[in-house]
Amino acid sequence: MAILSLAWKSLLNRRATLFVTLCSIALSVALLIGIERLRIETRTSFTQTVSGIDLIVGARGGSLPLLLYSVFRIGQPTNNLSWESYLDLADHPRVAWTIPLSLGDSHRGHPVLGTNQDYFTHYRYGHGRPLAFAAGKPFADLYDAVLGAEVARALGYGLGDEIIVAHGLGEAVFARHDDKPFRVVGILARTGTPVDQTVHVSLEAIEAIHIDWQGGAPIPGLTISAEEARAMDLTPRAITAVLVGLDSRIATFRVQRFVNEYRQEPLLAILPGVALAELWTVIGVGERALLVVAGFVVLVGLFGLLTVLLTSLNERRREMAILRSVGARPGHVFALIVGEAGLVTLLGTLLGMALLYGLLFIAQPLVAAHLGLHLAIGWPAAREAAWLALILTAGLATGLIPAYRAYRTSLADGLTMRL
Amino acid sequence: MRTAVDTTADPVIRLAKLAFRWRTGTAAVLRLDRLEIRRGERVFVSAPSGGGKTTLLGLLAGVIAPTEGTVEVLGQRMERLSGARRDRLRADHIGYVFQLFNLIPYLSVIDNVTLPGRFSRRRRTRAATRTGSPEAEARRLLAHLDLGDDGLVRRPVTQLSVGQQQRVAVARALMGSPEILLADEPTSALDADRREAFLTLLFDECAATNLTLILASHDHTLASRFDRAIALQDVAPAAAAT
Repeated sequence: MAILSLAWKSLLNRRATLFVTLCSIALSVALLIGIERLRIETRTSFTQTVSGIDLIVGARGGSLPLLLYSVFRIGQPTNNLSWESYLDLADHPRVAWTIPLSLGDSHRGHPVLGTNQDYFTHYRYGHGRPLAFAAGKPFADLYDAVLGAEVARALGYGLGDEIIVAHGLGEAVFARHDDKPFRVVGILARTGTPVDQTVHVSLEAIEAIHIDWQGGAPIPGLTISAEEARAMDLTPRAITAVLVGLDSRIATFRVQRFVNEYRQEPLLAILPGVALAELWTVIGVGERALLVVAGFVVLVGLFGLLTVLLTSLNERRREMAILRSVGARPGHVFALIVGEAGLVTLLGTLLGMALLYGLLFIAQPLVAAHLGLHLAIGWPAAREAAWLALILTAGLATGLIPAYRAYRTSLADGLTMRL
Repeated sequence: MRTAVDTTADPVIRLAKLAFRWRTGTAAVLRLDRLEIRRGERVFVSAPSGGGKTTLLGLLAGVIAPTEGTVEVLGQRMERLSGARRDRLRADHIGYVFQLFNLIPYLSVIDNVTLPGRFSRRRRTRAATRTGSPEAEARRLLAHLDLGDDGLVRRPVTQLSVGQQQRVAVARALMGSPEILLADEPTSALDADRREAFLTLLFDECAATNLTLILASHDHTLASRFDRAIALQDVAPAAAAT
């Protein structure tokens, strides 16, 4: 203990130099743990979004694009499946529930999702939690809309407000369905999933706003007003994807085969878990590269520490001789230097974690707003603790080199004060 | 197992047929056929620069071990003790004063004086039994050495004058009442007046605790104030002076 308190005082004495080293360690720790945290949180967030969905069905194509656009609203659907195919699927004896999804429109950058009441009944997130309303109720009228929590917050909407749906996705859209405005009747409670980003309307509403459209543009000369549309047949002709719940997990592969071998049109059924695993293998390469880079950044920080400790040794020979004269053993001198290295690394790590948590608190709402990802801010996970322990050990190990040199010189110098 | 140190041993220090060389094959930097120092004696050791003064003090302090012969301190044969044992003996029983730069710059004056207590329980408890606590003992010693001024004690050690630094160093060496005080040219950075005053204070403290003082210097004018003066060149021609 005596030596640690000496190490602490000596450290304070050289705080200007050591502070820079400490900062570089702190930044590298924040970077490394931040990447690790983001990696885990992204996965958790993605996994929680598809809770309780047994199969996702869409037009044939890649399984990853289907997963990404149907659940995460990332990318654009290329093909639709017909309403008849959907009805066939919903009629399958092992299918317990379905949620039809129709995508392609947006409201000020937020995706508009056409669906039906089953969405509010069967959709689950997190560990099987159902959707809840923060205000209002599900859509009932043709031109009713239900907003995700983040849409309402970001755009400042309340119940009864009127919104215009635009054709196409993204911020820059050219055509608006401004002849058929929607009224906000419900706002969902926050889920930390892409649901928060979504504007929900009925399938019929999607049909209605496109009734005088063809091939992505209004039909010239044809205008059907909102009220006239009500009287027309608004059964959807096609939808984008279907989320499927089965009566038993065991039926998964049977229903998947049923879909994949469906004769009327080429369809694809995917297991969300399998598609996610595929996603992780794709992302994993990048993640590993990032972690390796972050690891090297930590290493560079520790090399900085090593440099500072080694350069200080020569000017500290006098200090070592004084300590020897009052009875310090060479081991004490060794412990003094290792203790310093350990203290700097420990402080750097703590500062780095403080920095990371500060950044997380700032980033949490931003990430939720722009990416629909919920970053949980919790205690470091076991893996992170292992990383931190590794960094601390590496810091102590860094101290061993100058400590050994100080040990040797203090033995050789004895009580001579070489300067 | 702790080595039984005989604190009442007299003579306190006994050297016989001593030789020290830094490397085998080189000439000895120090040779002493026989030297005994009694309890409470004040001994002046003189030698020209490189004449083995620091080596002798290093041997007595147990930082280095003799190449030949015996070094007996407080009844302990130093050459037979391990490095750790010698370090322990030094921590518990020996105070040391350097020529210059005695103080650790990042510690306060009080922390510098109480430093031996960090490495020796014996000196910590002896200081505490004497005045209550190591800090109180540090203040008492500083006051005895004309450093009682509170503002002075609180100043960073780097702002003290050389003379003040040397007296703080003596206070540290006396901390926890060791039996032996070794001083290596402690006065060479002081002017003549301060040198006399410094020695007077040092002798007073030694007399008060019956401390054995061994002071090495090349300044022969000091010798007259000591009980005994030893000139190292008489016994060890400075053959290997570097």
